[in-house]
Amino acid sequence: MTSTVPRVTTPGQGRVQPAGRKPLSTRLHRSPRLRLLGLLALPLTWLVGVYIFSLVMLLVTAFWRTDPFTSKVIPGFTLDNFVRLVENPAYLSTSLRTLSIALLVTLLSVMFSIPLGIFMAKVASPWLRAFLAVAITLPLWAGYLVKILAMRITFTENGFFNSALEPLGLSGPGFSYTTVVLTLTYLWFPYMALPVYTAVRQIPANLFDASADLGARSWTTIRTVVVPLLKPALIAGSIFTFSLSLGDYLAAKFVGGSTQMIGSVIASNINLNPPIAAAFSVVPIVFVLVYLFAVRKTGALDRM
Amino acid sequence: MPQSGRALLEAASSASFTPTGVSLHSVTKVFGDVVAVAELNLEVHAGEFFSMLGPSGSGKTTVLRMIAGFEDVTSGAIELDGVDVTRTAPFDRNVNTVFQDYALFPHLTIAENVGYGLRVRKMGKPETAERVERALQQVRLAHTADRLPHQLSGGQRQRIALARALILQPSVLLLDEPLGALDKQLREEMQVELKQIQREVGITFIFVTHDQEEALTLSDRIAVFNNGCIEQVGTPNEVYEFPQTAFVAGFLGISNLIAPAHASVITGIDKLISVRPERVRLADAASTVAADETSVLGTVYETVYTGPATRYIIETAAGLRLTAERHNDHHPTAAAAFGRGDAVRAIWKTDHVSIVP
Repeated sequence: MTSTVPRVTTPGQGRVQPAGRKPLSTRLHRSPRLRLLGLLALPLTWLVGVYIFSLVMLLVTAFWRTDPFTSKVIPGFTLDNFVRLVENPAYLSTSLRTLSIALLVTLLSVMFSIPLGIFMAKVASPWLRAFLAVAITLPLWAGYLVKILAMRITFTENGFFNSALEPLGLSGPGFSYTTVVLTLTYLWFPYMALPVYTAVRQIPANLFDASADLGARSWTTIRTVVVPLLKPALIAGSIFTFSLSLGDYLAAKFVGGSTQMIGSVIASNINLNPPIAAAFSVVPIVFVLVYLFAVRKTGALDRM
Repeated sequence: MPQSGRALLEAASSASFTPTGVSLHSVTKVFGDVVAVAELNLEVHAGEFFSMLGPSGSGKTTVLRMIAGFEDVTSGAIELDGVDVTRTAPFDRNVNTVFQDYALFPHLTIAENVGYGLRVRKMGKPETAERVERALQQVRLAHTADRLPHQLSGGQRQRIALARALILQPSVLLLDEPLGALDKQLREEMQVELKQIQREVGITFIFVTHDQEEALTLSDRIAVFNNGCIEQVGTPNEVYEFPQTAFVAGFLGISNLIAPAHASVITGIDKLISVRPERVRLADAASTVAADETSVLGTVYETVYTGPATRYIIETAAGLRLTAERHNDHHPTAAAAFGRGDAVRAIWKTDHVSIVP
C-alpha cells in the first residue's frame, strides 16, 4: 500500500479514517478517566469553586466578629453571634415567624395544586388544559418585584380590597403577616403546581375508576390513591415553596408592614454586621436540612 | 383445572352472592360528535355469562363503562334488577369491575389492594384483615400479601384483580378484556377458571372481548357489536352457525360468504349465504356428489397448515374463493391431500348452509 492510496470509501458506510491518525474521540474512548474529566470539568468548577466555596465562606464568617465602633469585620472564632440568635427574643420570634410563613405557604400551595392538577389532567379539555398551563407559568415570566407590587396594589392600605370592603365596614389584610403569606404563595405556587400537575397526568385513569368501582367517593379516592401517588411531586414542590419562602425578604419589606422575616434581619445587618447576618443565614439552611431529613425518614426520596 | 382456580372457586362459593339482571333501554352515548353507542337495547339475564364481542371501537367497552357508571349515558336508561341506576354513581352500584390492565393500586400492597373495597366501606380492621387473608389464601397468593403489584406476574395480578372485585360480593361482575394481557397458554387456563367461578358463584358476568374464540368458549350468550350497534345476540351456537348479518358471519371464525350472484348459480338460492370451512370437504374433481349435497368445481389456490387442521383456499372458474378446512386426522407423515393448482370439487351438505338475512 502506498501513501497515495486514497481514503477507502464504501457507499453507505461513511468515511474511514486514514491509518495512523487518532482523533480525539478515539483517545477519549480509550481512556475512561479522561472522558470523566471532560464531562465534569465545567460543573465541578462551578459547584466547588463558586457554590460550595461561597457557602463555606458564609459559614466561616458567622464565627467572626465586628468591631462595634468601626463596623470592621475581625476574623477569629467566636460563638457570640449564635448565642445572640438564641438569646435575643426578637431573633428567635423572627425565626419562628419565618418558619410558620414558609410552612403556611407550602400548605396553601399544596391545597391549591392538588384540585387544580386533577382538574387540568383529568377533566379539562385539551384547550383549557393548555390555557391553564400557561396561566400557571405566566407569573414566572413577570419580574419578581412586579408581582410583589401587584399584590401590594391589590391587598394593602389603599388597595383594591380595602376600597371594595370599606362600604361594608370591613378592611382587607393590609400590610400584614397574612399578605406576606399570600404574596409568597402567589410567587412560588407555580413551583408546586407544575410537578403536581405532571404527576397527576401520570396516574392511569383506570385507578380513579377502580377506586370508585370499589366504593370510594371522590374525597376518599383523593386521600387514599391520589395523594400517596403524588408524594414525590409534593415533596419536590414543597422543597421549592418552603426554602424560597424561608429565604425571602422583599415580600416582608413591601407588603409585610412591621412583619419581619429572617431575610429582613439579614438584609439590615449585611453592611453593619456581616457576621451576625452570616450566622442568621445558617438558620434557614438548618430548617431546610431538618425538613429534608424528615422527608427522607418517610422514605419518599427513595424513588427519586 | 389449576389449583388456584379451584381455591378461588371455593372462596367465592362460600360467600353469598345474589345474581342480578341488567337491562339497557335505547342507550346512546355520544362523545363530541362521534356516536359511540346508538339506541342500544339489551337484556342480560341474572346469573348468565354474557359476552360483548366486537372489534375495537365497536362500543362494547363504552357499554361496559356505562353499566359500571364510569361514563354518563347521553340518553336512555340502565336498570340493575329492575332498578334504574342511570344516574347512580359507580360507588353506589352493586357492580364491580375487573380492568383490562388490572388497575391495581401501585402504592398499596397486595393485601391492601384486595381489602381496599372493604376499607372504604368502613369495615372493621380485624374483619377486613381476616377476609383479605382468607381471600389471598384461597387464591394461593397469601405469600404475596406484603408485596407491591409490580412484583407480581401478569397472571398473579389478574387473580388479585379478580379477588379484589369478588371480595365485595357484587351482583354483577364486569370484565373488560381481563385476559388480553396474558400469553395464550395462561389465557386458556384462566378461561376455564373464570367459567368455573361464574358457574359456582352464580352471579352475572358481563365480559368484554374482541377474541371470538374466547367469547365462544366462555359465554352463555354473546352480543356481537359493530359500529356502536348490536348486530346479533344469541348463544355461541346461534351466532356461530346462524349469523344474522354478514358482519357476524365474517367476525366469528372464518366464513365462506357467498354473494347472491354466485349463490344463485351454485345453489339456486338468490341470497347471501354462509358456509363454514369445516363443513366444506374436498374431493377429486371427478367424484360424485350425494343428493343432499351441493358442490362447486375449483382449483387449489393456497394451502395453509395450522397444526390441527389444514386450510385449502379454492378458486372457482367464476372467481369465487372458498375455504375448506380439513382436520389433520391422517397419519402425521402423510402428505397433504391436495396441493396448489390441483383441480378439486368443494362439497357441503345443502342444509349446512345458513342464509344471511
